[in-house]
Amino acid sequence: MNVREMVVVSGKGGTGKTSLVGSFAVLTQSAVLADCDVDAADLHLLLSPAVQRRVEFRSGHTAAIATGRCTGCGRCLELCRFGAIRASVPSRETASAPQKPGFSVDPVACEGCGVCVDHCAAGAIDFPERLSGEWFVSETRCGPLVHARLGIAAENSGKLVSTVRRQARDLAQAGHRALILVDGPPGIGCPVIASITGATSVLAVTEPTISGEHDLLRVLELCRHFDIEAAVCVNKWDLNPEASARIEEAARVAGALLVGRIPYDPTVTRAQIQARAVVEIGGPAAAATRKVWDAWLAVAS
Amino acid sequence: MTVAIASGKGGTGKTTVAVSLALSQTVPLLFLDGDVEEPNAALFLRPRILGSRPVEVRVPEVDAARCTACGACSRACRFHAIVSLKSKPLVFPELCHSCGGCVLACPSAAIRESLRAIGIIERGVSGSIRFAHGRLNVGEAMAVPVIHALREDDTQVGLTIVDAPPGTSCPVVAAIRGSDMVLLVTEPTPFGLNDLMIAVGTVRKLGLPLGVVINRSDSGNDSVRAYCGREGIPVLLEIPEDRRIAEAYSRGIPAIEARPELRTRFGLLHRRLTELAAPEARELGVGAAS
Repeated sequence: MNVREMVVVSGKGGTGKTSLVGSFAVLTQSAVLADCDVDAADLHLLLSPAVQRRVEFRSGHTAAIATGRCTGCGRCLELCRFGAIRASVPSRETASAPQKPGFSVDPVACEGCGVCVDHCAAGAIDFPERLSGEWFVSETRCGPLVHARLGIAAENSGKLVSTVRRQARDLAQAGHRALILVDGPPGIGCPVIASITGATSVLAVTEPTISGEHDLLRVLELCRHFDIEAAVCVNKWDLNPEASARIEEAARVAGALLVGRIPYDPTVTRAQIQARAVVEIGGPAAAATRKVWDAWLAVAS
Repeated sequence: MTVAIASGKGGTGKTTVAVSLALSQTVPLLFLDGDVEEPNAALFLRPRILGSRPVEVRVPEVDAARCTACGACSRACRFHAIVSLKSKPLVFPELCHSCGGCVLACPSAAIRESLRAIGIIERGVSGSIRFAHGRLNVGEAMAVPVIHALREDDTQVGLTIVDAPPGTSCPVVAAIRGSDMVLLVTEPTPFGLNDLMIAVGTVRKLGLPLGVVINRSDSGNDSVRAYCGREGIPVLLEIPEDRRIAEAYSRGIPAIEARPELRTRFGLLHRRLTELAAPEARELGVGAAS
């Protein structure tokens, strides 16, 4: 079965990705939903998910020095390129029990490369797997939702994103759903790349501001880099109609397809507070959102 | 003092607050835009760029003449960035974390490291503000090395302001580590609150004092304020929703220029930040409730 994967990104944060995906989910009712903004996932706040499965995400390792086995040679400190090894000054020295220098690993700074582990002559460094977060498969009123929570200050967000997308694809195949709808993260780095590679179509949501335009062009360049078709919609367009027109022209020049504009509408926040999608409440933004969805669906091939 | 301005949720107003805070100060100031994936502060501060340098990371290069295809490099690599086949190993530079493990593991001294550019640091001045930002090359995955390179410019000059990226994971950690104070900018909405709580978790894990700025403060509900109250997190500034600020922002004009009366409030904000960053305050646990 040919499954279409439609991913919403932005470049700039706060342009309205999650609000739009919530509405798209309600409008289509036939998608598997995936929240790939694993750092700061918000889509579940609109969909009241009932968690069916919860799986630990273990990725990478963290070094841990066993002080009992450590000889204090300091080789780990010499070799670590991530500033993750700390030398601790001995707190007390007595004639009968001189303290050797101790070393410890800062788990937040530790990159999980294993160099200290491999080169510790005393074999004093353990290397347990890192619990980096968890992911969930939930039922919602719009269909299944795959979402995740990355551990605090964790790394490997790209891997967690890939895990979420893989689960969504499995669910789509198993449930005979032909569409996966992805709420992507802001930026252009590894979690965004992991969200868009192999997608059928990307929608970049932007806002009529100088920052929005700057960031949009970078995320569109990213889509070209990975040879993925991009659509663009300008959210809150009436805050600056001139800028909206300029951004649309810039997007067109960058090779993106324009799929519509959405006006600024206080209903968006009201709906969010009610844990509903905008299209479930109504108003100018809701009407425009329907048109954007139809237009994007038509071009996403 | 180094103040980092982060958020969790994107679009809450980090750059708005960071830029206005910078423009309201008269002390010698260094502004670092650490959102290297989408650096925007320069659009508002319009610095004169005086110099730039590439951000380069080390990647392995295998000397085929010396390589015996023993596979030690491949076994040492935890990131699958160097893969040993029957003949010369294949390197995947975009997966490489530049740890040097393969070089150390090679028994034939067949691996050396070459440099690969992944981004750029640009330095300049905007009035009396010293400015620097990092920009990740489009298509590169790793923002963290660019952020580290940017923060190497962190010479203590009165006040350093770091504009952090959105999110809560490793790029944000790289941007805010070692600062004296973190300011989290949020909005009074369910998304704002949800992401704020995650960001607070990140800042607390790093053991840094924190305060909150509520932007568009009259536009949502009261749950962010209530959360800060429960958690003992000081709300240092509230900026009501203001179409004039939004319109100015859309044209690249800082809030403090659109609404000059904000200048006093940002001056007060700076004073509050200095108080909260002080070692005595940290000992009392003010602003950093666990």
